[in-house]
Amino acid sequence: MTISHFSAVLLFSLFTSIVFGITQRAEPKKMVRFGALCFALFVGGTIAASWAMWLIKH
Amino acid sequence: MTTKVQEPAAAGGKTGSGVAAASGVSPALALLAGWLVPGAGHLLLGKWVRAGLLMVSIVGMFAIGIALAGKVYTPNTGEPLDMLGFVGDLGSGLLYGLARLLGWGQAPVLTAVADYGTKFIVVAGLLNIVAAVDAHSLASGRKPS
Repeated sequence: MTISHFSAVLLFSLFTSIVFGITQRAEPKKMVRFGALCFALFVGGTIAASWAMWLIKH
Repeated sequence: MTTKVQEPAAAGGKTGSGVAAASGVSPALALLAGWLVPGAGHLLLGKWVRAGLLMVSIVGMFAIGIALAGKVYTPNTGEPLDMLGFVGDLGSGLLYGLARLLGWGQAPVLTAVADYGTKFIVVAGLLNIVAAVDAHSLASGRKPS
């Protein structure tokens, strides 16, 4: 099986955020919010780091 | 000379409350079950939806790691990083045993995607430990619900 780098980021972020949301909050609504925040930070952080590395190289 | 008297546990931290009192499952059993089978600790406590989501996430992550030709670490290689990887992999419980039994993840890692697979497998194990500890906290009453 082969996937793109971005697909790998999305899958990693999705699964990790679900576990973080469930385990780090006690109420369902807060779990969803925290999971969504983690997902956004994972994906956003990766994109930001990618652009930072591109800028350093160029 | 004065002696400090320990404060009584806070409302959220006392034992025998919420899920713990309702389920009657011992914290050690919830921890062990959660480690061996992803989501099983929450299943024992009657948290069906959480158990299902945890199982799908952790087993899915492990399976994708294997499908990407990631490496499954073995003990006693002598390399410190391999030992850490082994500890992470071991967190998957029976999934790790199954992978070793069936010889999954033994091929050398040659591509970047396969290296991602290795990380997926390690992180699946670490997330399973987090989930098992969460089941323990629910069973002991440290986490209210």
